[in-house]
Amino acid sequence: MALLEVRNLHARVKDKEILKGVDLTVNLGEVHAIMGPNGSGKSTLAQVLAGRVTFEVTEGTVTYDGKDLLVMKPEDRAREGLFMAFQYPVEIPGVGNAYFLKAAVNAIRKYRGEPELDAMDFLEVVNEGMKLLGLDESFMKRSLNDGFSGGEKKRNEIFQMAVIRPRLAILDETDSGLDIDALRIVANGINSLRGPDRAMVVVTHYARLLEYVTPDFIHVLADGRIVKSGGKELAMELERKGYGWLEEEAGRPPSGR
Amino acid sequence: MAVAVPAVDGYVSEFVRSSADRSRRDVPWLGDLRKVAIEQFARLGFPTIKHEEWKYTNLAPLARTPFRPAGVHDGPGIVGEKLKPVTFGMLRCTQLVFVNGRHASRLSWHRPLPAGVRATGLAEVLRDDPMVVEPHLGRHARSDDQTFTALNTAFIEDGAFVHVPKGTVLEEPIHLLFLSTPSAEPTVSHPRNLVVLGPASQATIIESYASLEDGSYFTNAVTEVVVGEDAVLHRYKVGRESEQAYHIARTEMIQGRSSNVTSHTISLGGGFVRDDVNTRFAGEGGELSLDGLYMLGGRQLFDTHTKIDHVAPNCTSRELYKGILDGASRGVFNGQIFVRKGAQKTVARQTNKNLLLSNEAFVDSTPGLEILADDVKCNHGSTIGQLAEDAIFYMRTRGIDEATARNILTYAFAAEIVNLVTVASVRLKMNELVLSRLPYGRVSKEIL
Repeated sequence: MALLEVRNLHARVKDKEILKGVDLTVNLGEVHAIMGPNGSGKSTLAQVLAGRVTFEVTEGTVTYDGKDLLVMKPEDRAREGLFMAFQYPVEIPGVGNAYFLKAAVNAIRKYRGEPELDAMDFLEVVNEGMKLLGLDESFMKRSLNDGFSGGEKKRNEIFQMAVIRPRLAILDETDSGLDIDALRIVANGINSLRGPDRAMVVVTHYARLLEYVTPDFIHVLADGRIVKSGGKELAMELERKGYGWLEEEAGRPPSGR
Repeated sequence: MAVAVPAVDGYVSEFVRSSADRSRRDVPWLGDLRKVAIEQFARLGFPTIKHEEWKYTNLAPLARTPFRPAGVHDGPGIVGEKLKPVTFGMLRCTQLVFVNGRHASRLSWHRPLPAGVRATGLAEVLRDDPMVVEPHLGRHARSDDQTFTALNTAFIEDGAFVHVPKGTVLEEPIHLLFLSTPSAEPTVSHPRNLVVLGPASQATIIESYASLEDGSYFTNAVTEVVVGEDAVLHRYKVGRESEQAYHIARTEMIQGRSSNVTSHTISLGGGFVRDDVNTRFAGEGGELSLDGLYMLGGRQLFDTHTKIDHVAPNCTSRELYKGILDGASRGVFNGQIFVRKGAQKTVARQTNKNLLLSNEAFVDSTPGLEILADDVKCNHGSTIGQLAEDAIFYMRTRGIDEATARNILTYAFAAEIVNLVTVASVRLKMNELVLSRLPYGRVSKEIL
């Protein structure tokens, strides 16, 4: 059984249809990249999977681990092992990174009937994650994303993933706005979290991240549909030819990029 | 402008009825002070909403309630144990307890204080040593255009008197606990406090206003605070009156040269609360941090007016008031900063932020600056908003349920003020109170 099964997914915001029948199958252990031009629906797909109510699903199904994902509350999706790294992580002044993360980890553990982590166990998990992302201790004492640079925010997302250890991680443009050093750190974090018990869906506009994180599959999303799927070599082709030719295939005039 | 003449008459005739008793005890200047005050009160009456200072707060319910003077007793039935919820746990402090505005020495306790420090009831000082208070009482909190100050002054009986002599540093706080004991009929008390810090002295003073039971009563408090040259005052006020109570309070501070005052107000209780905090920089180089947090629910009303008067140059004031309003509660913030001619190099910052948790809650925020000097750095601002939905969603995607996410965000909003409290056991208590008032049940204590 696939971990994630998206079938004919349609979603809209107000009157604007953005997803127009997405199909996607993701198995444990796989890394999928979803690429596509701006406005193609990549972020919408990520947000719909995470449970953002701004988007209304009008048609189709999403099955996660055999369960209907679309009826679940966002927190229950997280507790079932789904994680989304935000394209724009939210700044929350006054809420400490450490407090927030501990609350998250323990909410998830409680749901699963596991005992809450005590301070020592939590520290151990956190230290491991901080080492992986090259973060120092002061980081945990700061308010959640408050005043963080773009790179720090993205690192924090992957750090949270390292601590929460999801089964399915959706990374929404985690590479955007990163300089090459930050990109390497983030990619290294992602790579070390790859494994047979985890699947990842990496949403990206540029092929740059894929130089460091080699996906098993690449899908191109254009005009709300997956118009092409292939192996990692597809990234190179897209880098060379752009998205125009695929948008034409999808029956839409090229956006001119 | 004035309404409810019968109610005004009620207070005036009560004044006349009890005046023979008072005049036996009063020194002449106090008698004169009262006489002027009751005349001012009779002339001013209760302001209506046409009065600029009372624009958003309708006094009619208070004006038409016939409050009787609260009885004189030291709170029989109140034993130390019962005070636990309204005190500060392990805090080592001198604690003066007042029941219905009168010093209850049976419930108070004194820790060793440095030589010359006085912390006692005002009635005792007026009886034994009135000369000490004469230069201050009624001199700073003027009553010519202030109905409630006039009313308080006319009925001065008791309250706290704290005097810290020159160069003396109080290591431990002084807690002034004002308890009301509601009875079947609504009662009124007029606590009158005087705090005098001599030059280069230092003190931490906590004022709590609370009730151990619910009931309708009216606390009309006036506090005059004189902060000498180079003196340092940390002042806390904790409002925890019954939710059926009226609480009207005015704090009038005068700051000497290079004095430093921090004032934190946390208002959680009371059905109808008006809290005025005014300060005047009388000498150069003074500093003031003025902070407040009001957390309201149900049909509570909290109206605060602050005035910071930069008379002298080179003074700095920083003001931050935050409000969290739930239910059908109402908040009013009115901040005025005056920078007088010649008060050059003034730095003044004023901010009011409000968080509305329900559609029925309402707040009026009026920051204000009036600047007559030309070399100053001043700004002010106010915000009114709701919890950020994108922040709630973010937290939910990490497994935190919606109610907890809302609580955490609400707490975080309040924590900015609570964290300014430097006395650890007071801060802990504040945190507890804030957490217990979060709208979606208790957040785990780990948040601290």
